[in-house]
Amino acid sequence: MTVDIDKTAGGPSGTPPTPPEAIKAIPVRHYGRYVSAVVAIALLVAVVYAFSQGKINWGAIPDYFFDDRVLTGMGKTLLITVLAMLIGVVGGILLAVMRLSKNPVTSSIAWFYIWFFRGTPVLVQLVVWFNLGLVFEYINLGPFYRDEWSDFMTPFLTALLGLGLNEAAYMAEICRAGLLAVDEGQTEAAHALGMSHAKTLRRIVVPQAMRVIVPPTGNEVINMLKTTSLVSVVQYAELFRVAQDIGQTSGAPAEMLFLAAAWYLLLTSVFSIGQYYLERYYARGSSRSLPPTPLQKIRANLFSLSNRSSTTGGAA
Amino acid sequence: MTAMVKAEGVHKSFGAVEVLKGIDLEVRQGEVFCLIGPSGSGKSTFLRCINHLEKINAGRLYVDGELVGYRQKGDKLYELKDSEVALKRRDIGMVFQRFNLFPHMTAVENVMEAPVQVKGMSRSQARDRARALLERVGLGDKAGNYPSQLSGGQQQRVAIARALAMDPKLMLFDEPTSALDPELVGDVLDVMRDLAESGMTMVVVTHEMGFAREVGDSLVFMDNGVVVESGNPRDVLTDPQHERTKAFLSKVL
Repeated sequence: MTVDIDKTAGGPSGTPPTPPEAIKAIPVRHYGRYVSAVVAIALLVAVVYAFSQGKINWGAIPDYFFDDRVLTGMGKTLLITVLAMLIGVVGGILLAVMRLSKNPVTSSIAWFYIWFFRGTPVLVQLVVWFNLGLVFEYINLGPFYRDEWSDFMTPFLTALLGLGLNEAAYMAEICRAGLLAVDEGQTEAAHALGMSHAKTLRRIVVPQAMRVIVPPTGNEVINMLKTTSLVSVVQYAELFRVAQDIGQTSGAPAEMLFLAAAWYLLLTSVFSIGQYYLERYYARGSSRSLPPTPLQKIRANLFSLSNRSSTTGGAA
Repeated sequence: MTAMVKAEGVHKSFGAVEVLKGIDLEVRQGEVFCLIGPSGSGKSTFLRCINHLEKINAGRLYVDGELVGYRQKGDKLYELKDSEVALKRRDIGMVFQRFNLFPHMTAVENVMEAPVQVKGMSRSQARDRARALLERVGLGDKAGNYPSQLSGGQQQRVAIARALAMDPKLMLFDEPTSALDPELVGDVLDVMRDLAESGMTMVVVTHEMGFAREVGDSLVFMDNGVVVESGNPRDVLTDPQHERTKAFLSKVL
């Protein structure tokens, strides 16, 4: 027995054991991937070709792409998106906390709000806000402010309230899911240390809930950016409305719609990148090491490529 | 000696299930009081009643001479407001079976959190104290680590430091070593032993009979919501009087 072990350990010729050779195996070839890539590219080329041959004056798009009116419209779209999301997020957190509260009055109010604003189309809400002068002829805040409703409710304010208050109802459900996802032990630990409900929420629960809240919120931002095109019905001159107006005067209506679509796509892409980094921020402490950013990935890939070429060069 | 914790006929039910069926006991100041018993005996629930994480249904529970969760005026009881309950919890440290560290904060931030947020201590002062406390539990070099980067035993020691940061007069331990790998248990018990020697009043729910025998001043064996047997840990563990205690100890020792 012992002799056998000695032999395998020391080797028959008594030379010290060498570490096992690194595995160099031929990887599995994925032919299906090549085939599907070719098919997909062919389809894309076909679609692009079809559009290029259509009766569309593509030259009109670059002419107007950085037109002042388009840029102002885009600015307004962004402004409405950001402000409406702000109302949505703040209102959403508030409603979520109210909904989860032990107080039956606040939780019922939150429930009713969510039920109403989620249950009616946002387009209808926008139009109703705009026409609320039928019900309230004047707006009267005592000594501070007093005006006729139609003067008070500008297209901007209509857009902001209509989109923001609707968004709050959706954000409330997202936030509620986030708050519920935090382990109850966290609340208990904070309470055991003597922290109040409000402090526990703000310092312990909400920061951890953000990990669950941020991804769907990014989705909501992108959704909101596109939904702002609806406020063209209340006479607010944002990107979509501007594109339509230019289309009618310049005689290139379809082209201007493509222009608007290109801008929307550009803006949503930028937001997606922002979302990625925000998610990384709130993932801190949740995993032992954060996943690399795309830039870091590219750098690492370049490094490993140069490594590989040097090793293969050495072998040859 | 004065009683730090005093329970008189404490009852607690969850719905129709009666978990505590009249607990009478007294924890003297400066002693290490061990609660043992099979799971489901109500020992963890009783511990949670002491800092009012659970409301009791009947009886009276006092910490340092004051009623827990209520104020008595004449023969009427008034519920305390949340803020008043929070005020009393400052003085009672608690260590949980599953650590419950705040995962989005580093070790030192975990320990600083309550002094800064609850007591209004300055951040720099709290940080210095937190570092000293981490040093005391043997984790001076782990101050900047997130809980996910620490082993279970290290996390539990951070949790002890976090509780100590509030200068409690009473520490509650809810099976502090039950979620740990066997070889990590010793580090946590060492910290608790040091704490006991420094004169801290401790109520410890535990399955570590060795710790109870060596460090404990009093021991209570609970089963099915009642105190079955109590006394000096060395006496109870070596020479149990009650059949139920004998049966339990024969399985765990």
